[in-house]
Amino acid sequence: MPMKALLALEDGVHFFGEAFGVPGSTSGEICFNTSMTGYQEVLTDPSYRGQIVAMTYPLIGNYGVNETDQESGGPHVRGFVIGELCRVPSNWRSELSLEDYFKKWNLLGIEGVDTRRLTKHLRTRGAMRAFLSTEVLDPVEAAARAAASKPMLGSDYVKEVSTPESYLWDPQSSLSQDWMLPTGNGPAIATLPEAKYRIVAYDFGIKLNILRRLRQEGFHVDVVPASATAAEVLAKKPDGVFLSNGPGDPSALGYAHQEIEKLIGKTPIFAICLGHQLIGHAVGGKTFKLKFGHRGGNQPVQDLRTGQVAITSQNHGFAVDPDSLPSNVEVTHINLNDQTVEGLRHKDAPVFSVQYHPEAAPGPNDARYFFTEFADLIEKSR
Amino acid sequence: MPKDPSIRKILVIGSGPIVIGQGCEFDYSGVQACKALKEEGCTVVLINSNPATIMTDPEFAARTYIEPITPEVVEKIIAKERPDALLPTLGGQTALNTSMTLHRTGVLEKYGVRMIGAKPEAIEMGEDRQLFKEAMIRIGLDMPQSGIAHTMEEARRVADEIGTYPLIIRPAYTLGGAGGGIAYNKEEFETIIARGLDLSPVSEVLIDESLLGWKEFEMEVMRDHADNCVVICSIENLDPMGVHTGDSITVAPVQTLTDKEYQIMRDASFAVIREIGVETGGSNIQFATHPETGRMIVIEMNPRVSRSSALASKATGFPIAKIAAKLAVGYTLDEIKNDITRETPASFEPVIDYVVVKVPRFTFEKFPTADATLTTQMKSVGEAMAIGRTFKEALQKALRSLETGRAGLGADGKDPVNPAREQIILKLTVPNAERIFWLGVALREGFAVEEIYELTKIDPWFLRQIEEIVKAETALADWDIKPDPTGLVHAKAWIREIAWGLEMPGSPQSWDPTLKTGTSLADLEAGIRRAKRMGFSDAQLAHLLKRTPSEIRAVRKYLGIIPTYRLVDTCAAEFEAYTPYYYSTYGEENETRPSDKRKVMILGGGPNRIGQGIEFDYCCVHAAFALKEMGFETIMVNSNPETVSTDYDTSDKLFFEPLTLEDVLNIYEAEQCWGVIVQLGGQTPLNLAAKLKEAGCNIIGTSPESIEQAEDRKFFAALLDKLGLNQAESGTATNAEEAVAVAGRIGYPVLVRPSFVLGGRAMQIVFTDEEIRHYMEHAVQASPERPVLVDRFLEDAAEVDVDLISDGETTVIGAIMEHIEQAGIHSGDSASVIPSFALSESIKEKITTASKALAQGLQVLGLMNIQFAVKNEVLYVIEVNPRASRTVPFVSKAIGRPLAKYAAKIMTGETTLKEIGFTTEIVPTHYNVKEAVFPFSKFPGIDVILGPEMKSTGEVMGIDADFAMAYAKAEMAAGGSLPLKGNVFISVRNRHKDRIAAIAKDYHDLGFVIYATAGTTKVLQEAGVPVKLLYKLAEGRRPNVLDMIKNGGIALVINTPSERITRADEVRIRSAATAARIPIITTLRGSRASAQAIASLQRNALEVKPLQDYHPM
Repeated sequence: MPMKALLALEDGVHFFGEAFGVPGSTSGEICFNTSMTGYQEVLTDPSYRGQIVAMTYPLIGNYGVNETDQESGGPHVRGFVIGELCRVPSNWRSELSLEDYFKKWNLLGIEGVDTRRLTKHLRTRGAMRAFLSTEVLDPVEAAARAAASKPMLGSDYVKEVSTPESYLWDPQSSLSQDWMLPTGNGPAIATLPEAKYRIVAYDFGIKLNILRRLRQEGFHVDVVPASATAAEVLAKKPDGVFLSNGPGDPSALGYAHQEIEKLIGKTPIFAICLGHQLIGHAVGGKTFKLKFGHRGGNQPVQDLRTGQVAITSQNHGFAVDPDSLPSNVEVTHINLNDQTVEGLRHKDAPVFSVQYHPEAAPGPNDARYFFTEFADLIEKSR
Repeated sequence: MPKDPSIRKILVIGSGPIVIGQGCEFDYSGVQACKALKEEGCTVVLINSNPATIMTDPEFAARTYIEPITPEVVEKIIAKERPDALLPTLGGQTALNTSMTLHRTGVLEKYGVRMIGAKPEAIEMGEDRQLFKEAMIRIGLDMPQSGIAHTMEEARRVADEIGTYPLIIRPAYTLGGAGGGIAYNKEEFETIIARGLDLSPVSEVLIDESLLGWKEFEMEVMRDHADNCVVICSIENLDPMGVHTGDSITVAPVQTLTDKEYQIMRDASFAVIREIGVETGGSNIQFATHPETGRMIVIEMNPRVSRSSALASKATGFPIAKIAAKLAVGYTLDEIKNDITRETPASFEPVIDYVVVKVPRFTFEKFPTADATLTTQMKSVGEAMAIGRTFKEALQKALRSLETGRAGLGADGKDPVNPAREQIILKLTVPNAERIFWLGVALREGFAVEEIYELTKIDPWFLRQIEEIVKAETALADWDIKPDPTGLVHAKAWIREIAWGLEMPGSPQSWDPTLKTGTSLADLEAGIRRAKRMGFSDAQLAHLLKRTPSEIRAVRKYLGIIPTYRLVDTCAAEFEAYTPYYYSTYGEENETRPSDKRKVMILGGGPNRIGQGIEFDYCCVHAAFALKEMGFETIMVNSNPETVSTDYDTSDKLFFEPLTLEDVLNIYEAEQCWGVIVQLGGQTPLNLAAKLKEAGCNIIGTSPESIEQAEDRKFFAALLDKLGLNQAESGTATNAEEAVAVAGRIGYPVLVRPSFVLGGRAMQIVFTDEEIRHYMEHAVQASPERPVLVDRFLEDAAEVDVDLISDGETTVIGAIMEHIEQAGIHSGDSASVIPSFALSESIKEKITTASKALAQGLQVLGLMNIQFAVKNEVLYVIEVNPRASRTVPFVSKAIGRPLAKYAAKIMTGETTLKEIGFTTEIVPTHYNVKEAVFPFSKFPGIDVILGPEMKSTGEVMGIDADFAMAYAKAEMAAGGSLPLKGNVFISVRNRHKDRIAAIAKDYHDLGFVIYATAGTTKVLQEAGVPVKLLYKLAEGRRPNVLDMIKNGGIALVINTPSERITRADEVRIRSAATAARIPIITTLRGSRASAQAIASLQRNALEVKPLQDYHPM
């Protein structure tokens, strides 16, 4: 017998469905993601820490789960909300069904939810907290639990996901090869270039594909915790510094703002997502919470300098306020859907950042060139 | 980049007649393009020979040429119009090939016409197998092992190099893969190669390593001048490689690829469109992936808008053709707004939050001798699409949208009972039109998913989804056996009790079963809701629960299980959507926007099939336009993704739904419609009319009673008597003996047919008792409600079609159409002419009087079609159809008046023909000839003769001041250009021998050399017509007719088939001529008209003239 589950939002709107994974209760900010593929990458992206994620595409689990598509050590979402779960996956790479994966990781999911109604509600009312449970099936109580849970605004989830210790990424050059399909001549294995540049990467919740892409572009990556100071970083004499993606409210990370501010002008910097927002703060700007965020693989971003449009993979609930930026910081990219800031460049220092995910996983690879641009920037700054 | 100011006048080439592989999707794309270009201030010059298209309505282009789409004719138009640019990518393969010829022959250069959208080099690289392969290798994409051959020797060498069978053979530059096939052995290989080399205009075939059983995917990609690329839609085929994608069940979006695999395919798609160099617009790229290794291969790309782009547009809501047109004149994607969200730009990738399933519609029943195996050559004639929140729901909706009598995937009593295991295995292994249903049969019979996968190579994901449907079906059927948890009442009893209660006076208020039963009502509700979410129709539930569909419906509504309508919005609800494009699902929220306008529902025609195609969609679109003008809110319901009617801006609201009673009533009730139009969408909505009325719908226009009366023999005979009109003697029969008796009374030959069908389905002329018995026993299922009609067949009579319009007070003849072919050949397959060319004035008068009297007698409100036969100056009524006919668009274009629009307006009862200003028949001063187009070349070996059962897929129109030239143009447009010189082979049935001499003399006088076999030769010699003798096949002496045909020695075949049993050698001659693409004329009247046409072509130069000059607005 399927187990009944209830998803309740803080404003009382609720959805009954059937549980999968491990029964229990969970709460967090609820958000929706419009990617039609890539649920495994979503589950394991540390940026979703503290969140319950709903997928707008209704059929989830079709191709199962595999080791290669993990974006971190394990799932980070608090709960998962879907239309219909596929219990027997079909794909040559599948190692586990999504249901078994949830059991393995002690995660709770709910299926049979009208995720379109949920999405429309979030789109209209904005992001809010939710409570997902197999134990509390009274909508009023569940809504109260949602309202009592920790808000996203002001939350520092980075400390939960950042590495405790520094480490060298893939010193053996065995983990970073671009994943390829076999050809008529058999399996294809991509080769890695020589690691020419030594960089330090701040781990605010870094995705594995960022590390792979950096290595694929010839970076030797020294990963440091979010708490690393500028002095510690500069002591490593890096060719550049990378600021990663990560969860939570960027304004809650005052410690990072300070250290990044000290790094600007000292070394070339490239930042993605949360890293980009932290650059915003470090230069004296502000971030604000978007009504319901950008989460999906179809967001059009225009490079204001060339007019070129890239379809990008995005996952963010906060954005940099362009009016708060000093005159020496240029907005280079905007989202064509809502004109929000998607990319920055410092006019006086070798610093650039993007709000979206050039490493994709999941999503389109259109913006991959940024990793090359980082190498170029380092080359120019030498 | 804004619009390119140097492009002011654009020539758009349409796709011509509907044929297999090129359906009405190109009308849809053409209309979008014309509208978009006009919006940009461009002057559009359009050529399309197909009068049934919306794009050829005079308001869609500045200059509309209904002329044959041949390079010669297009050159004349270019010379006359001097366009700045030519848009070749929106009119299918026809437009692409014609444009390429104009480029190669230097015509475009001569007149300074630029090709926009795709440059000739890109088209060449995309279309030419070898260039394409080289390009793919350049960009590092994997290709099947393959080779190109131009001769049989080359082909054998390639086969040796690849070294394994099966091999896939595809000829270059043919439509829908015509002439292609799969060879499992050497013998088959040589047959297919010979045919392929023959059919390919450049004598080129591609021979490929077999990818049979690999998974097949499609990507719809767009690119702009600034090199921005987006994927509009990804599609996964349920049928693996080996079945043409047009014949495959396809699903959007892709279901079984991980994001990594999908992104590799996406990157590859962009690499392909960039390397091929399609500068702007849409392209379709097909991939195969190995199910066990993931190896991915590019199969082909279409450097143009295609059938799949139409599907992708309807599946996502993204208007590919419209955007492609705007990109072609210089815009970039980010400069164009997405109509649907209004605020976001077109430079994004649609995401959907539902599943789309497309199912092809076949008509093998029309060609019983054709090979019904599905291969790489497309054989379907139409398609239905459905949308649901689960694959199961979308699949079942799509299957009931097909209108093949199925209520979903099984559970409707239509599946075979206790089929043999061997039969199941065969039906699974050899791809066929019914395979999807056999998957269900196999699962019910205990086949495991793994076993079925081995037999079909259909991905287990799809098989498991179908298994879930079958399991649910079993559970539903068992509902009565297992008591519900409370043990109170079983489902079936429940339904009976509720349904009964609902019928009680004063119910349901006075009778509430919930009081009696507590929780088990909730179980019933949950169970039915779960079934509805899996797409089960009321008809299926009724079958499983042994209740009637109306009981299920009543109970369902009582329990509050009614569909919710969801928006197709390109963005999975991320942004607010403004376009009113809906599908139904059993969700928790209804998204239709209420309005207080009066709403009229227009029921479309569903999937295209032979007998019901684009003509009816044309009428529905006109109705939407007309009623919008009158201030009504129009609600379109249709399931055919190829159509203009399913474009989101044709009507005020579009419901992409199956045209079944259940689905239509749901919408009618949800939208609280004021009325519904059933007479414009062909037989599909007509078949629903009576039940819709019974359910309380307001059917506007001619009443369902009148529609029934026209089919009711007795009533109709009485009406004719009353009006003093003649009818061929007739009777009805429900079994073989009755039929023999009727035939005995009225005399052979007789025409037999079932009642209530369109397109002359199963209609035959029979000559003997034996034949009529065979017909009754094998060809039809007769019943007292649906008897077989037996009519005296009027031999060698002229046939006339009349389309008229009536508002109850005024009746106006749209046109009297005289057929070229004699009565007995289905009107849809006959060439017909406006105005009539040989009827006497007195007969025309009789026709007019009789038509008006019939319209009055049947109380027609709207359109009606009447077929008459004329023999020896006597007028016979063959049949009347109080509905829009296939010829409405043709007539409208011939007389310059939009009949379907007028009809829709008067049906509302709020205006009259007088008020519209259409009160007298318009007899054009120029000639208009409609000619039918046949799919014979797709079904090798089948006989090409015409009869009472319709076989044509489409039609063309020829217009000229001169009748013979108009006919010549129509033949040219239909692909059978008449020869101006050469040898004519004549062979006629005995009864025609007395009349053939005069015709043969005409051809002789035109400079043709006449060839005939012994019998005809003798007749001609006696009449003094010079003739050369050819041996019959049966004589065994060479050279015979076939040798002449195959060696290209014959330019024209005139062959009227012998009566009764067709002779095998005749069939061989006709199919050889079809294969060699030699025009064949199978009627005497056709032969005469053709002689006139040839004379006209010899005398005069063909001239082109746009519709706007024939009918100045």
